[in-house]
Amino acid sequence: MRALTWHGKHDVRVETVPDPGIVNPRDAIVRITSTAICGSDLHLYDNVIPTLRAGDILGHEFMGEVVEVGRGNDRLKVGDRVVVPFVIACGKCFFCEHQQYSACDNSNPADKADMSEELYGYPMSGLFGYSHLTGGYAGGQAEYVRVPYADVGPIVVPDGLEDDKVLFLSDIFPTGWMAAENCAIEPGDTVAVWGCGPVGLFAVQSALLMGAHRVIAIDHYPRRLELARGLGAEVVNYEEADVHEALVEMTGGIGPDACIDAVGLESHGFALDNVYDHAKTTMMMATDRIHALRQVILACRKGGRVSVPGVYGGFADKFPVGALMEKGLSLRTGQTHVQKYLPQLLELIREGKVDTTFLISHRLPLEDAPNGYRMFKEQQNECTKVVLKPH
Amino acid sequence: MARSTDMAESDAPVSTLKSGSRPKDAGLGTEHARVTGRTVTINRPRETLYAFWRDFANLPRFMENVADVAVLDPARSHWKVAAPGGGSVEWDAVIVADEPGRLIAWESAEGADIRHSGRIEFRDAPPGRGSEVSATIAYDPPGGALGALVAKLFQREPHIQARRDLRRFKQLMETGEISTAEPPEAAPRAA
Repeated sequence: MRALTWHGKHDVRVETVPDPGIVNPRDAIVRITSTAICGSDLHLYDNVIPTLRAGDILGHEFMGEVVEVGRGNDRLKVGDRVVVPFVIACGKCFFCEHQQYSACDNSNPADKADMSEELYGYPMSGLFGYSHLTGGYAGGQAEYVRVPYADVGPIVVPDGLEDDKVLFLSDIFPTGWMAAENCAIEPGDTVAVWGCGPVGLFAVQSALLMGAHRVIAIDHYPRRLELARGLGAEVVNYEEADVHEALVEMTGGIGPDACIDAVGLESHGFALDNVYDHAKTTMMMATDRIHALRQVILACRKGGRVSVPGVYGGFADKFPVGALMEKGLSLRTGQTHVQKYLPQLLELIREGKVDTTFLISHRLPLEDAPNGYRMFKEQQNECTKVVLKPH
Repeated sequence: MARSTDMAESDAPVSTLKSGSRPKDAGLGTEHARVTGRTVTINRPRETLYAFWRDFANLPRFMENVADVAVLDPARSHWKVAAPGGGSVEWDAVIVADEPGRLIAWESAEGADIRHSGRIEFRDAPPGRGSEVSATIAYDPPGGALGALVAKLFQREPHIQARRDLRRFKQLMETGEISTAEPPEAAPRAA
């Protein structure tokens, strides 16, 4: 089959690779009809996530048609149209039973989980197409993909809803939704969202659906701020205004009740290459630059809530722990527990209560994927989301 | 109530004690024995876990280095462990303690090249969480070339081997499979 493979910094290629096959009884093989490039794929593209190997297939936002199921999978059948969560979860461990799917104890293979355990104290779940730290599972920017524990993750979608409407159930819609849920929004609340990338924009929509009184979105790309405004947010361009002062003034001196960091380690670049070594020393050298998170914690009102869907991987310097403690902030974060949210979010899409297609700026055949990466990286104002069509 | 100062100050398991605080009889009764331990919570009843483990023929399904275990009689088994660079190391093991649903302990038989002992304990986890399973492996590294081979067998870090094997045991018991990202021809043999 054809697949998008990683070979090094800014070097991704579409190559012919072996077709995937059923390995375990609960597996399924999915023929991909749509797959997107995620902002977090750019970390891989920039070669700042360790443990990728030349030839690894990328992609964790995908959907398609089930073409084969393992003998132990009684939930899916050949021909089902499914969206697949980027988080791989077994459905049987303590964490899955508590719907903390991204903390699944079993999906990261035993020999791959060591590094995750060294870094974080306990190993996190496997993810599709996202380095060997998260299992080394082949991703979905390909014609076919093997889906482990396919009786837990994938959600069957009705034929009436086209791919573009449901594809983002795989990651960015539930990620934005969980970011807003982590804000524990109350009537009258003002929610500030740092970063108007796909996750930030879904967080804007989600916060409004959950009853936020106002949402203020922060970015510097005019096109992305325009999208946020179109969804009902007020906007602040951080190149034009002092964000902290603006938020104080816009909220009558109180500050936003809840703040979302949808920027993550992208904000000022990132160097994780030696993070594993750092974790093993007591030096705890900083690896993640947290400009946005620092601003989030300082801007949040006293007793407010901070939600971090933005991806961080290592250690940070000058974390404002004093502001966090003295103001009595609550901090909630985590990789998305995608499986938990799928039924309710699919229902919102069916009812037309959320717009999931506004983001897509480019639709390309799989063969053009390297060009898609380059555009998404270099033209962030115009290129808001690339969807690849392998078939 | 304050503890008496001459009592042990810590409830930490022996395998987690720093070398200076470790009792000399923690392993095989010799000063040189290496001891490694690991506890894992498995979301299954302890009777189920005990029963699976008690059939030693099941062990190669999740122990990476163990190629085969032949059960010779209810107490005695023959172990074949793949050696680095081909070939294998073999020994007999004898069960020295067996409490259904609670505990299995074994030791290498008299005359084995590699003296080692293993102990697996099953306890109820807090309500609704299944069982806590603790494995303790002790081995006495011989000197010379065989010592080097043993070090390789246990991957120099028996703690890593133990935790990987226990992760696979947990995966098999909870999910019925062993997680892998490998293609069909290279995947572990488990299920």
